[in-house]
Amino acid sequence: MTTIVEPTAKPGTTTAKPPRKRKRTARRPREFTTFDVWVLVGSIVSAACLNWLIFYRLTAGASAFGFFLGSYLTFLVIFAAVTTDRVGRLVAADRVMTVVVVSAATVVFIPLVLLIGYILVEGLKALRPGFFFNDQQGVTPVMPATSGGGFHAIIGTIEQVGLALLWSLPLALAAAVFLNESRSKWRRPVRIFVDAMSGLPSIVAGLFIFATLILPFAKSGNPLFGYNGFMASLALAITMLPTITRTVEVVLRLVPDGLREASLALGASRARTVWSVVFPTSRTGMTTAVVLGIARAVGETAPLLFTSFGYDLMNSNPFAGSQESLPLFVYRNIRKPDISAIQRGFAGALVLMLIVLGLFAIARFIGRDRSKRKARSIKPKTQTVKGAAQ
Amino acid sequence: MNVVPGTVLEDLPVAEDPPAPRERTRRIITEVPSRADRRFNQITMGAGISVLALLTLVGLFLMIQSSDALGETGIWTFLTRTEWRTDVTPARIGVLGLLAGTVLVAVVAVAIAVPLSVFSALAITEYSTAKRRKWLVGVVDLLAAVPSLLFGLWGFLFLSDKIVPISLWLSQNFGWIPLFKTSEDASLTGSIFIAGIVVALMVLPIITSVVREVFSQTPPGEKEAALALGGTRWGMIKTVVLPFGKGGIVGGSMLGLGRALGETIAVALLLPQVPQKISESIHILQNGGATVSGFIANRAGSDSFTTSGLLAAGLVLFVITLGTNMIASVVVSNSRSGAGVEI
Repeated sequence: MTTIVEPTAKPGTTTAKPPRKRKRTARRPREFTTFDVWVLVGSIVSAACLNWLIFYRLTAGASAFGFFLGSYLTFLVIFAAVTTDRVGRLVAADRVMTVVVVSAATVVFIPLVLLIGYILVEGLKALRPGFFFNDQQGVTPVMPATSGGGFHAIIGTIEQVGLALLWSLPLALAAAVFLNESRSKWRRPVRIFVDAMSGLPSIVAGLFIFATLILPFAKSGNPLFGYNGFMASLALAITMLPTITRTVEVVLRLVPDGLREASLALGASRARTVWSVVFPTSRTGMTTAVVLGIARAVGETAPLLFTSFGYDLMNSNPFAGSQESLPLFVYRNIRKPDISAIQRGFAGALVLMLIVLGLFAIARFIGRDRSKRKARSIKPKTQTVKGAAQ
Repeated sequence: MNVVPGTVLEDLPVAEDPPAPRERTRRIITEVPSRADRRFNQITMGAGISVLALLTLVGLFLMIQSSDALGETGIWTFLTRTEWRTDVTPARIGVLGLLAGTVLVAVVAVAIAVPLSVFSALAITEYSTAKRRKWLVGVVDLLAAVPSLLFGLWGFLFLSDKIVPISLWLSQNFGWIPLFKTSEDASLTGSIFIAGIVVALMVLPIITSVVREVFSQTPPGEKEAALALGGTRWGMIKTVVLPFGKGGIVGGSMLGLGRALGETIAVALLLPQVPQKISESIHILQNGGATVSGFIANRAGSDSFTTSGLLAAGLVLFVITLGTNMIASVVVSNSRSGAGVEI
């Protein structure tokens, strides 16, 4: 790929003045030379000018979107024409597609940056330290957005997600081990169902808990079977279960078979192998999976609408009475007509976003590539394997 | 052997036939599980089966609890009626108006997300250096991690106003296409188009990750052959990577479609959630439209008959998304490229 095109020395240039030594540059066939960059810039400028003329001078239909789309398309056409003229159709197609692919990948960035920036800016307007200590007691619509807080929502989120993790984690781990370590003929159907479940709309999970545990017991008056945080945790557990199962299963699959075989050959049982060899080896990966599962569950709103319902005051008992959580706090506040409630919702959204991004960063940090460190810490790993044989 | 003279040959001890080779029985290696192992097998098996049971129970209980509304309305009527009115007696409820909105939002979302996803996946697998690849993958993962609620909030209060000029431009210039037609002085906020754009951002990561996974499985030999024959990078992609990844692209898009069909909170915030006739829903640029999930979310805490109707709508959604996802996984795993791909 690294064809070096040597500058062809012209024969018969033996004049008195020796030719200046040109710097040899290795040119790759696909490389953009300085001239190509000029072509690119020139195409952009001329396309923009042409469209400015069309959109803002010749016609009245001035719309920023039309201008940008028109400019982009014109740019592609001009760039294609110029490049075709210079280097031929094949290379031109390659370059135009490179531009298209790169611009598409850039487009993906823009909404993410806009979204995070928008929530950061709007949320900071109303986020005060009091948000972390107060609930909405005594807050009326005429009060400013900084009054009251979302402490009750944060407590609710922690309790609900914690309980959901308690229900789903053992089941998800066991299911992942079943999918990867057992040799049962039921593995295929279970895998299909786990896949199908991960595509289950989260509101259906909420509806299911509502239809199974709340609706039939509506008349019994038992607070355990009414709107409460416990029901929310069950619904969240259903949405977390497939996510964690699938990611953990992928992680378990990465454990080298050699380790398993070594353990079995030393006489360890299968259960012992999984517990003392497979789990310790894939610990970081499993932690990443669990953290990502939590991050997903923290932001889930739809299943809570039918299960914990939302409440303006502190209710720290997840087993009785409707309970607030951060997503519900945001959702309920931004639907209110008054400005201060909407701003309060933004403060909640900012806290929620920071939690999710924080969890995401933690997951990335745990799951980062540590091949160098692993190479150094090979000895303690061996001891773990030895322990498996007992 | 000492042969005594005078003995007849017959008397000589004749070597007996070698014993017939013993019939080789295949030795069956069985595992004799210890008690711990048996318990281990039971527990993991139980977990696997309980996942199976859970999904079945979801469908079953939705069916049981929605039988009130379905029985009164009739399943066929429920599926083919567009209006949803509980203020009249007998209540006239049907899911078709909601389904039309759901499908339109999902189709708009997938139509926007698929080209972007395929190009992003190409940028990740074919156009980036290892370092930039890590970055791009991180961005797509981050996009997947942002909760649906925040997308909805952002779309509702920020993006919506920015899209209105685009809708206006589309309707002015392409109004002759029925899809982009708007009635006179119709409001352009809260439209299916805007909801579709926001949902597109939400399904983009899942489609991208499937397509990326499929593209990265392209046999390097075939890619190198294309390049060695003098193909440019795009020539190689067009003749090797894209044909190889076709199944993955189709399957990934369907998977995205399944997610888009079930998206709830964002569409609950963005759309007015009043069921419309299909002939009205089809004008995607103007205000109006309702989706099954968003409609259910907006009616949380209604009276028992409405709730039963909502559960019936939820059942329909459950069946549709399940079907879409199943077909998607079959398409991906049956294609040449996707055989070993996790979706």
